[in-house]
Amino acid sequence: MNIFWSIVARDLRLSLRHGADTLASLLFFVITSALFPLAIGPAPETLARLAPGIIWVCALLAALLPLDRLFGADYEDGTLDLLLLSGLPAALVALAKALSHWLVTGLPLLLVAIPVAMMLNLDPELLPVLLAGLLPGTALLSLFGATGAALVLGARRGGVLLPLLVLPLAAPVLIFGVAAADAAAGAQASAAPLLFLAALLAACIPLCPLAAGAALRSAAE
Amino acid sequence: MLEVHKIAAIRGEQQIFGPLSFAVPKSGAVLLVGPNGSGKSTLLRILAGLGRIAEGVVNWDGQNALADRASHGARVCYVGHLDAVKPALTARENLGDGADVGLAAMALSHLADQPARFFSAGQKRRLALARLACSVAPIWLLDEPTLGLDVASVARFGDMLATHRATGGIVLAATHLPLPLPDAVELRLA
Repeated sequence: MNIFWSIVARDLRLSLRHGADTLASLLFFVITSALFPLAIGPAPETLARLAPGIIWVCALLAALLPLDRLFGADYEDGTLDLLLLSGLPAALVALAKALSHWLVTGLPLLLVAIPVAMMLNLDPELLPVLLAGLLPGTALLSLFGATGAALVLGARRGGVLLPLLVLPLAAPVLIFGVAAADAAAGAQASAAPLLFLAALLAACIPLCPLAAGAALRSAAE
Repeated sequence: MLEVHKIAAIRGEQQIFGPLSFAVPKSGAVLLVGPNGSGKSTLLRILAGLGRIAEGVVNWDGQNALADRASHGARVCYVGHLDAVKPALTARENLGDGADVGLAAMALSHLADQPARFFSAGQKRRLALARLACSVAPIWLLDEPTLGLDVASVARFGDMLATHRATGGIVLAATHLPLPLPDAVELRLA
């Protein structure tokens, strides 16, 4: 378990040292969200109606940005070999990487979603539901993302292939996440879609690292 | 004791080497020699549990070593062509646990808190080799370890190898350069 946390700690330290890369996906999230009022008009009611969808789609795209470096950097400089020889099963190496992606990208996105929601005139009463959806949602994106990133490792132009692999997987996350916020907006119970997200997360925490770990092994061969 | 029974490796449709059998006793050292493309690196990666083995068995102390590749990884310290040095981390952070021992072994202690991006190619190589001194793994797999090293560093590396073998560790190294490995068995790959 020590090795697991040392992988996470090392990744967090690297992200701090490469602060610009880390901030880039957050700024991307803010800027793409800010484009919507320019494109669809600044009418407060329209924005409030669209806000959950905009935030979810932009968060999804922003979470994709750092994925090609998630394993790519380690693959190119030989660190991946050392990770696979660390004594930890490949699946746990992948889980550590997904966790560090979530801590560096998912969690900050969750926090930045609050000012972005205000900017888009989201009803403040809906904010807790939106965040309650984004919490498992961003974690799922990290897990799917890590799986996709491991699969395209070593492929030529893997960075282009990656969104094509990950975005279809992320569709259910988007559907349930927005459904929760919409249900709350219509004064209906939002528990069901949130529970679906939680169930999806419970299934993906063991399954995605297994797939990603197998992909890492085959990339190293 | 590392025993290799009739292993072979295939790349694409072509057999690179094999079937190959040898054994390395405690404190033993094997020097892999052969022309480019003869499969030296492939053999080292297979023994590390990283490469794909086409046929054959690798035993460690009589047990199939590659059955559980994760725990075999803990028995192995592998230094490949790539240094696996992160430029943004300092030398000490790059090595992780037991860094000071490794840094001292390769005479890098005075650079311990320098980010590795300021290191020359030779210094990065020394940092990669310093990882060996930090590890407690009994099997050292080295792929062209002394490429780009100065004479003094090769001598220090020789001391590291001697210490490792004195404590019962084994060394397998692929090289084209003379290595400070006295009484190593030569294994020629065609």
